[in-house]
Amino acid sequence: MTDETAVLSPSTVGPERPAAEGGGRGRPGQVWRSRRYRWDLRWSPYAFVAPFFLFFAAFGLFPLLYTGWAALHQVELTDPDSMTWVGLRNFTRLWDDEFFWNALRNTVTIGLLSTVPQLAIALGLAHLLNYRLRGSAFFRVAVLTPYATSVAAATLVFVLLFGRDYGMVNWALSAVGFEAVDWQNGTFASQLAVSTIVIWRWTGYNALIYLAAMQAVPAELYESAALDGASRWQQFLHVTVPSLRPTIFFTCVVSTIGATQLFGEPLLFNGGAGATGGSDHQFQTLGLYLYEQGWVNLHLGRASAIAWAMFLILLLIAGAARLLRGRKDSR
Amino acid sequence: MRVRARSRRTLLTTVTAVGAAALLLAGCAQDPEEGPGKGTPATGKSGGAAQTTLTVGVFGAFGLQEAGLYDEYMAQNPGIRIEQTSIERNENYYPQLLTHLGTGSGLADIQAVEVNNIAEITATQADKLVDLGKAPGVDKAAYLPWKWAQGTASAAKGGATVGLGTDIGPQGICYRKDLFEAAGLPSDRAAVGALWAGDWNKYLEAGKAYKAKAGEGKAFVDSASGVMAAVTGSSAQRFYDEQGKVVYKTNPAVRGAFDLAASFATDGLSAKLQQFTPGWDQGFSNGSFATVSCPAWMLGYIQDKAGPAGKDKWDVAQAPKPSNWGGSFLVVPKAGKHAEEAAKLAAWLTAPAQQAKLFEKRGSFPSASAAYKLPAVSGAQHAYFGGAPIGEIFSKAAEGVPVTVVGPKDLVIAQNLADIGMLQVDQKGRSPQEGWEAAVKAIDNALDQ
Repeated sequence: MTDETAVLSPSTVGPERPAAEGGGRGRPGQVWRSRRYRWDLRWSPYAFVAPFFLFFAAFGLFPLLYTGWAALHQVELTDPDSMTWVGLRNFTRLWDDEFFWNALRNTVTIGLLSTVPQLAIALGLAHLLNYRLRGSAFFRVAVLTPYATSVAAATLVFVLLFGRDYGMVNWALSAVGFEAVDWQNGTFASQLAVSTIVIWRWTGYNALIYLAAMQAVPAELYESAALDGASRWQQFLHVTVPSLRPTIFFTCVVSTIGATQLFGEPLLFNGGAGATGGSDHQFQTLGLYLYEQGWVNLHLGRASAIAWAMFLILLLIAGAARLLRGRKDSR
Repeated sequence: MRVRARSRRTLLTTVTAVGAAALLLAGCAQDPEEGPGKGTPATGKSGGAAQTTLTVGVFGAFGLQEAGLYDEYMAQNPGIRIEQTSIERNENYYPQLLTHLGTGSGLADIQAVEVNNIAEITATQADKLVDLGKAPGVDKAAYLPWKWAQGTASAAKGGATVGLGTDIGPQGICYRKDLFEAAGLPSDRAAVGALWAGDWNKYLEAGKAYKAKAGEGKAFVDSASGVMAAVTGSSAQRFYDEQGKVVYKTNPAVRGAFDLAASFATDGLSAKLQQFTPGWDQGFSNGSFATVSCPAWMLGYIQDKAGPAGKDKWDVAQAPKPSNWGGSFLVVPKAGKHAEEAAKLAAWLTAPAQQAKLFEKRGSFPSASAAYKLPAVSGAQHAYFGGAPIGEIFSKAAEGVPVTVVGPKDLVIAQNLADIGMLQVDQKGRSPQEGWEAAVKAIDNALDQ
């Protein structure tokens, strides 16, 4: 290591470092070494990030492109090698596919029903966790435990809680004089029940993100607000929330992506039947409809078209969010 | 931000990183040749003979392993080791099997196939499977003719018998003796069977008589879709005709079964449960219904769910008509490394003697009619069901089951009829006509490629 130079200053490590080239005119060994040195500086960062991109190409990009290719064909899982070119037919038929629109509608309503309360509760929870608490580490871990449980385990418990005849939710409702609700069959009831599972699982996760952002808010802001006579609630409204705006935006984007791809909860909420999303498809999300077409009905081409439609919907949402955010920033 | 750069070391790291990534990718691209048997050497010394590991892929609690059949085979054939992988639900198992057959990799030496999928397998995958009809130790005459026909590809597809039948699901009607007595109906299993012998409509009449006496809150059947499955299981032609055309929409047998089952819902005889859901399981332990049409494999399920409290309350009687629900096959993919040994094992596992053992230990009813004469079957009684002579009851049903025409999309059609159409009538209170139309719409969408 003694013959190597430890370069510390950023100005000397640039790929077009003139000193290295100047040194190259010396002995042949030196030429080789300095050339190698230049290559190293130029290419090794690429090598460092290469594993991710190689894996992404193999498991992200290739499936994406292949799915796009399959979406233009009629292809069945029973014989994936024989593809018949149908052009955009798989896409055009989605326009007339009432099951697709139904799934899209359900995805939006379940997404709203779960995301809005979820983020609101997370914000409140984070605010509470931000207080000086005895054993705060315990509470922070505790809010994260739902996130750590598996979808399957959580959903199975919720299916029992929301049972029509012997479920605990209905038992509690009847105890206070309400009528029992058929959670699986009602359109709104079932969507609410599915949303509850999502809220339960993801609230703690978002709360911790908010908490981290809250701790970066300078304490002076709170102090001066307190001096001005602002209550805790006013501090939350006028100091915390505005400081958290970028974080809130981030969680909105992540939750929207999650809601668009919602799959495990509605699948398992429908105990025996699987991908239908209830007898009236009342809680069949896009993810579930994609699964039904691909893995129950074995139509890979149609399923691929749905996958791409979902991808395009996400791009649309992302574009809309960008526009919205751009306007906000310029304000 | 830049970090300290040390040329020689970074170059080395670079090479290593790229090399490692390449290795990893190569590792991922490689097919797992050993399958689930990894970790154990495929060939080793055991009594001087080279050892072969055979893998069996099944779904659910198939019972071959639990009944001790693998151990017995391994004891008889010291050169063979058997390993089993299981996926809980057929919905997850079957698509995976298809992708593996498509790529010719990741397959077990023997794979199980559910009866609702067997037509699709024989129609589209026969060229990838071993013709077991010619395997050593297979005796066509030992099997029920309709079961043998289901596992055989059509003459146009080569006519190979690619699937050997394991169990079948001949049905009886399981009923609660105590509830029948309370409603003033006979509770002796011969008399109960006579109540509705020969006609599913009489089953409906019995339900009405039960309801009149039993009063509010006590349902006669668990679900309308259970009745529908039983009724459709007793007709020779269901969703496809002999030419392989989809005829469920116009087949009076299907519409008749749908309407009859729907009557159970509209007349308030159904507990409005969905089968194989937690609520249904709780229904068994809470006694919320008096009867359920039960294939042989469901006896164990009822025993599990109704628990010790249900002992001596449940009994089983003959169904109105012989009917079949469920059952499975074993197939041997050609891509397997030990196809020949695997065919021998599949033949042994499905031979009458082994099927009888599977019935004795696990309650899976044999598809090999030669097994019905064996004492393990003919003399079988079920202690939980009041010592019912289940061997006799189910043999009689099995031999009366018509040769059913199976089609490639039977599962999809049956599932949508039950989980969309009948469930809407049963649980959402829609009219039978509305339920039927919803099911037809869903099925047409599912069958459209």
